[in-house]
Amino acid sequence: MGSSSVFSVASASLSLHDTNIKKNLNFGTNAFRFNNDGTNTFSNFKSSRRISMAVAVNVSRFEGIPMAPPDPILGVSEAFKADTNAVKLNLGVGAYRTEELQPYVLNVVKKAENLMLERGENKEYLPIEGLAAFNKATAELLLGADNPAIKQQRVATVQGLSGTGSLRLGAALIQRYFPGAKVLISNPTWGNHKNIFNDAGVPWSEYRYYDPKTVGLDFEGMIEDIKSAPEGTFVLLHGCAHNPTGIDPTPQQWEKIADLIQQKNHIPFFDVAYQGFASGSLDEDAASVRLFVARGMEVLVAQSYSKNLGLYAERVGAINVISSSPESATRVKSQLKRLARPMYSNPPVHGARIVANIVGDPVLFGEWKAEMEMMAGRIKTVRQELYDSISSKDKSGKDWSFILKQIGMFSFTGLNKNQSDNMTNKWHIYMTKDGRISLAGLSLAKCEYLADAIIDSYHNVS
Amino acid sequence: MRPPIILESTTTFSSSSSSSSSSSYSSCDRRLNTLARHLIDVNDQNQMASQNISPSPTASSNSVFAHLTRAPEDPILGVTVAYNKDPSPIKLNLGVGAYRTEEGKPLVLDVVRRVEQQLLNDVSRNKEYIPIVGLADFNKLSAKLIFGADSPAIQENRVTTVQGLSGTGSLRVGGEFLAKHYHQRIIYLPQPTWGNHPKIFTLAGLTVKTYRYYAPATRGLDFEGLLEDLGSAPSGSVVLLHACAHNPTGVDPTLEQWEQIRQLIRSKSLLPFFDSAYQGFASGSLDADAQPIRLFVADGGELLAAQSYAKNMGLYGERVGALSIVSKSADVASLVESQLKLVIRPMYSSPPIHGASIVAAILKDRDLFNDWTIELKAMADRIISMRQQLFDALRARGTPGDWSHIIKQIGMFTFTGLNSEQVSFMTKEYHIYLTSDGRISMAGLSTKTVSHLADAIHAAVTRVA
Repeated sequence: MGSSSVFSVASASLSLHDTNIKKNLNFGTNAFRFNNDGTNTFSNFKSSRRISMAVAVNVSRFEGIPMAPPDPILGVSEAFKADTNAVKLNLGVGAYRTEELQPYVLNVVKKAENLMLERGENKEYLPIEGLAAFNKATAELLLGADNPAIKQQRVATVQGLSGTGSLRLGAALIQRYFPGAKVLISNPTWGNHKNIFNDAGVPWSEYRYYDPKTVGLDFEGMIEDIKSAPEGTFVLLHGCAHNPTGIDPTPQQWEKIADLIQQKNHIPFFDVAYQGFASGSLDEDAASVRLFVARGMEVLVAQSYSKNLGLYAERVGAINVISSSPESATRVKSQLKRLARPMYSNPPVHGARIVANIVGDPVLFGEWKAEMEMMAGRIKTVRQELYDSISSKDKSGKDWSFILKQIGMFSFTGLNKNQSDNMTNKWHIYMTKDGRISLAGLSLAKCEYLADAIIDSYHNVS
Repeated sequence: MRPPIILESTTTFSSSSSSSSSSSYSSCDRRLNTLARHLIDVNDQNQMASQNISPSPTASSNSVFAHLTRAPEDPILGVTVAYNKDPSPIKLNLGVGAYRTEEGKPLVLDVVRRVEQQLLNDVSRNKEYIPIVGLADFNKLSAKLIFGADSPAIQENRVTTVQGLSGTGSLRVGGEFLAKHYHQRIIYLPQPTWGNHPKIFTLAGLTVKTYRYYAPATRGLDFEGLLEDLGSAPSGSVVLLHACAHNPTGVDPTLEQWEQIRQLIRSKSLLPFFDSAYQGFASGSLDADAQPIRLFVADGGELLAAQSYAKNMGLYGERVGALSIVSKSADVASLVESQLKLVIRPMYSSPPIHGASIVAAILKDRDLFNDWTIELKAMADRIISMRQQLFDALRARGTPGDWSHIIKQIGMFTFTGLNSEQVSFMTKEYHIYLTSDGRISMAGLSTKTVSHLADAIHAAVTRVA
């Protein structure tokens, strides 16, 4: 039969691994057993002349793999959980907390899920591009239902795995169709942006963004860096509530940024993770994206419903590509699908249905807007309280007003790594090493404690 | 497909923000080169054949996307797209492998509905991000399901399990992990295999080769060819194995043959990567369908296994699955987990909670688990009965040829042996939708529709070459 030539394993291998074999003799019910001498039920089978265990080598193929460090953002929550101190405070990951510091599932989300269960919808595969009702709703939410780009069918929308997954699809599109193009990302930016473009194989470099002296925007630096990038560069912009700084360009600055991007034939790539969460208004928070689209520019936009609908773990988002013709949008969408299929085939249905149900029902939509205003409102209140607390306690004359000027879930405190470590080690306050705190995780009750910690870390640690 | 192919020299982009040196490689050149590369990309032969490569005349010349062509529909999922467009009242969708009831309707398992209600009623639940690797209890329970509760690999903490986006996502994460950390970046896929496999592994960064699997002459396993091809694979190569109910052929090795495959793989230090999408669906027994994998785990060696709950729990659209990597030691398992997180985080950060919560609830409760196995067996039995009915119907019509493979093959699919012309004929004349390789999903058949299908096959075989 020719198979004997294949079994040339020395039976010496058996003796080396005796202990392994004896330990691994049974494996569940309907057991297929190896005998102690290494033979098995099939050893006498005609086609195998040599009876051999052919056990794998003892050394793992993966032994040389280094231990990866914990994720700098998600690792913070893990460290927080491990801390047993009663005063601990988690200002790490950007997940909204109530004043009682509890996670919050929106009432409107619970209503939608109950409706879905009552209706008894099935669990069939979604199309590769996701739930059609969701895609329609999400594009309209982003651009406005009467946006000419939508009416002209120039918007290609593909449901993605929240912001990350949508960014990754956009990055994969860039890698495949714009080889050699790089992405300009802000310094600083969300920690995972670099990982996404690295793994997608898209080179990146940074544009100046944060000015530590003013704890504000380095607009001149930003403009210079965008200007000096080669024509046709993708520029990653945060639609609102910049993460981690909370510092957004003004409307006038957005106009200048758009002017420059048009001049240089750059392609804007928006990351919109906080629409509705920054100001409390969905339309206001989408102004920057709409400004670019209104100029007829071609734009990529990644959206996430993690924060504004509290759907974090459901992984709901979308990648939108607004191009110059409906025909182009069709082609782009087809290529996005071609990238999604070998990644996960089609996206998860549950979260997308929740969004579609809420946005599609005027009553639920109104309730959502109210809950979102409440969440954004709580954060603004806490911001104010923190500022009041710090400025009344700190007699050094330092200007802390940047806390009020920043917007969204996060505040960039201006604390450096050592100071941030002090926050954790001495005060049991968990935050990321870049000095970012999540106000969503702060209660009014804890503002004073936080103020004390920040003042101490800023002044007494270098 | 990484790193990107750059056809002209460009400046290297460092992380410094002011790169004043301009490249002589303009965006126009880049687009033209992409177009050219697109033409010679061997992975896109199908596209090439059916595409007009040049941009449409109506596309704005100002668009940065002008050079993108329109991709054809996915060959498998595209069947459903075409089916949906067909207005015929007698149309039949035997394309994608999704279970249908005797009434031709999608099925949500009763046990799944009950669990969903329970989850909704549980006020302690929220929607906070779950860990990058997914729900811990889901992962443990999934490993036990596939490897057996008393698996020594589990007991010795040598199993790393991460929640993945159904089978596809789990395979992709495994592939990317191997491309990054494994020394031999070649994966052997059976010929034929699920259409998405080559794309998944190519995009993950592995080189795809094939081993002989299906013998058209016998409509069975080409065992000699399989042994020869794996026997001549470079040492350390990865080998993709369908754990049971091979897709698309439905042809599985016997246990005796699996043992020989195992010996060969271990002797050549090949790395097995199992795709388990039909556990419990093939024979009706969860344990029986897991035997081949457990055979490999029993010898103490390493392997990867991707699991999907799309079919066996009917959770298709929820995208629930798992990737398990069995290593030599608990220490290595820990290293592996930390690196898997680095693959997952830049892809989608963390997996979706809903489907995994349903699975975990069912697997951990003895009564729910039993109820599940009963519903699972009912689905598997209905498919086996469809096989018999189709076979009988063809025999009754005296359709030329040996159709016994219909009842010998196992799982959701039958590889009919029909060629693409016959398939087109069946679609056009009989409104029956299937993939062009002649694969039909038995799960889409019912007692009422069997005769329609048998008529179509009979006509195709007798009228089309």
